[in-house]
Amino acid sequence: MIGYTHVTKRFGPLKAVDDVSLDVAEGEFVAIVGGSGSGKSTLLRLANRLIEADGGSITVEGEDVRSVDPVAVRRRIGYVFQSGGLFPHLSVADNIGITPKLLGVAAADIAARVGELLDLVQLDGAAHHDRLPEALSGGQRQRVGVARALAAKPRIVLMDEPFGALDPLTRDALGDDYRSLHRKLGLTTVMITHDMTEAILLADRIAVMRGGKMLAQGTPAELSKSSDAYVLELLRTPRRQVERLNALLPQSGAA
Amino acid sequence: MSLFADPRWGEALSHLADYLGNHVRVSLAALALGLVVSLPLAILTRNRPAPRAILLALASIVQTVPGLALLALFYPLLLLAASVTLAWFGVSFSAFGFLPAMLALALYSMLPVLRNGITGLNGIDPALIEAAKGVGMTPQQSLVMVELPLALPVMMAGIRTAAVWVIGTATLSTPIGQTSLGNYIFAGLQTQNWVFVLFGCFASALLALAVDQLLGLIESGLRRRSRLRTGLGAVGIAALVAATLVPSMGRSSQSYVVGAKTFAEQYVLSALLTDRLEAAGLSAAARSGLGSSVIFEALKAGDIDLYVDYSGTLWSNQLHRTDIKPRTELLAELKTTLAKENITLLGELGFENAYALVMPKKRAEALGIHSIADLAAHASMMSIAGDYEFFSRPEWAALQKAYGLSFRAQRQMQPDFMYAAVASGEVDVIAGYTSDGLIAKYDLVVLDDPRHAIPPYDAILLLAPKRASDERLQTALKPLLGKIDIATMREANLRASGNDANSSPDAVAKWLWEKVGKR
Repeated sequence: MIGYTHVTKRFGPLKAVDDVSLDVAEGEFVAIVGGSGSGKSTLLRLANRLIEADGGSITVEGEDVRSVDPVAVRRRIGYVFQSGGLFPHLSVADNIGITPKLLGVAAADIAARVGELLDLVQLDGAAHHDRLPEALSGGQRQRVGVARALAAKPRIVLMDEPFGALDPLTRDALGDDYRSLHRKLGLTTVMITHDMTEAILLADRIAVMRGGKMLAQGTPAELSKSSDAYVLELLRTPRRQVERLNALLPQSGAA
Repeated sequence: MSLFADPRWGEALSHLADYLGNHVRVSLAALALGLVVSLPLAILTRNRPAPRAILLALASIVQTVPGLALLALFYPLLLLAASVTLAWFGVSFSAFGFLPAMLALALYSMLPVLRNGITGLNGIDPALIEAAKGVGMTPQQSLVMVELPLALPVMMAGIRTAAVWVIGTATLSTPIGQTSLGNYIFAGLQTQNWVFVLFGCFASALLALAVDQLLGLIESGLRRRSRLRTGLGAVGIAALVAATLVPSMGRSSQSYVVGAKTFAEQYVLSALLTDRLEAAGLSAAARSGLGSSVIFEALKAGDIDLYVDYSGTLWSNQLHRTDIKPRTELLAELKTTLAKENITLLGELGFENAYALVMPKKRAEALGIHSIADLAAHASMMSIAGDYEFFSRPEWAALQKAYGLSFRAQRQMQPDFMYAAVASGEVDVIAGYTSDGLIAKYDLVVLDDPRHAIPPYDAILLLAPKRASDERLQTALKPLLGKIDIATMREANLRASGNDANSSPDAVAKWLWEKVGKR
């Protein structure tokens, strides 16, 4: 569905993305993991041409993204922004319905679709429909962000650290809910995260980036066979945390 | 008498429809033009730092030009443009009144609109602009659906500031021939009619407040997406404009326009002329408070039909002559020269309003000063005050040259305050006006000019080219010629400088006619 081939992007002297290749198959959930400045966000933005590549080629659903109108590409791909990216002057319903509106869908159809989506992301439609984003909690905002990304029935969803700023409970719930939406709707998802635990729990495959380079990619099991020290260190972190937690907390979880 | 029983309130009120209507029309037209130019510029330059900086610098420079000067500058500028279009395309336009006022005010409105527009648009969280792009908006859609709505509060604050500035500054458009609420203020200041000054200030403040509130209503409507509020605000502004159009539609276009410069004597004389025309069954309106250089051009262009000027003023300002001729010769030569431009010099009113050096009578006697020649010996220890133009006029140069005058200090003053200043000893000598009633009031003396350095300043009646063969007009005016002597005019001017109900130009004009009409 999405194919990066030897893609390079420079910002001045800095190579933000350096000769990266990555293929995402239909229905797959791929997480790109890396620290800040690793180039993971740049890589994601290249797919829907929020940023233009300097070298290599990128295909989306078999088409080279440079051969099609970037606006059309963006309307076809759902995008979930860090901390929502909701328009503060628009109601929840108007935020969700924005892409269908841009595509010229009739108002009545948009209204019906917004209702469906609020159900889908498990928000109480009656209570939230007309609210402004500022009246929502962080988790609710991100649910609206997901609903907005899904509004024009995209086959591909890109997510830029979607759950990073949420409290752990909300984050877990939202991740799980999204994971089941991904499966139910047959989506192809690429998610950026700095959190390996989240990546392991949600994604089918994980790509690890550092300094603009793709260090490794594969299932968690495949990654654990990597020879790269950084990749192994990243993978060890969740387990080490679990061990420490187990040592600190009674096994049954009874507090 | 209680403050509000003063009949001048009623007189002020009777002009309100005319002054307010013109004020609203010119202000809102200027604001609209300013917005139409500034908003697209703000949008176009929002991502271009270099043109943005240049634009803001230019707008700031405009803002540093005092409002009065900016308005005054547009008059000659447009006059030039009008003569160019006449030469090239055979069409001309009036450089008087509405057009220069609107253009200058529009320019004045640009800085707050530009600055707030650019600030508002640049202050938007870049993440939201990326989100707009990410959900599939084109740059235009992003502008209209996201950036402009988010910048709206800051932009509207700029528009509201511009509205208040423009409405306030529009009061200064009176001297270039645009009737406005400034007519109250200019007339009131010149004739010491504080009722008019207050009325003008309150009216323009209330107007500014009302427009600001209506714009605020539109803003909150846009922000809350309330069609009701937006609609109410828009209807309010539209109603304001519509209301001001009603009285002007009823006005006859046949009406004669009587011009007046910015001092009390001119207000009285224009009221007198207007009364005489109406008495002869002609409809007439006064256009008061015009700048000294504006008024002659306005007559030439036919924007006003008649006014009173002074022979010496035209001699130096229009004919650019520096030589001095005896009174009758100068008048004859002036008349033939003006006739070449089809301007009719109908005749003299009978008095002179010349510049003259004036000082307290007692002091002059004590020092043995009778003439300017006597004064010259004492001048180096004395200070002199004149009006805003005197020291740059040729008369001053001629006086200095003829008598070798050199004062210790010279100051510029509002004419009305000069007389009190010299009477109290704050300055030693003033360049006053011979017809000023305050000369007698403060017991001052006019110094002789034995070397005739100051040209004669006979008050003369001028008619616009299009009135050159207007018999009815000329018949109505002829009874005034030669009737007003200097003593009568001084008394009239003194009355006009009072601060009571009988001191309005209309009241003084009636008194003046009663005094001279039967002669």
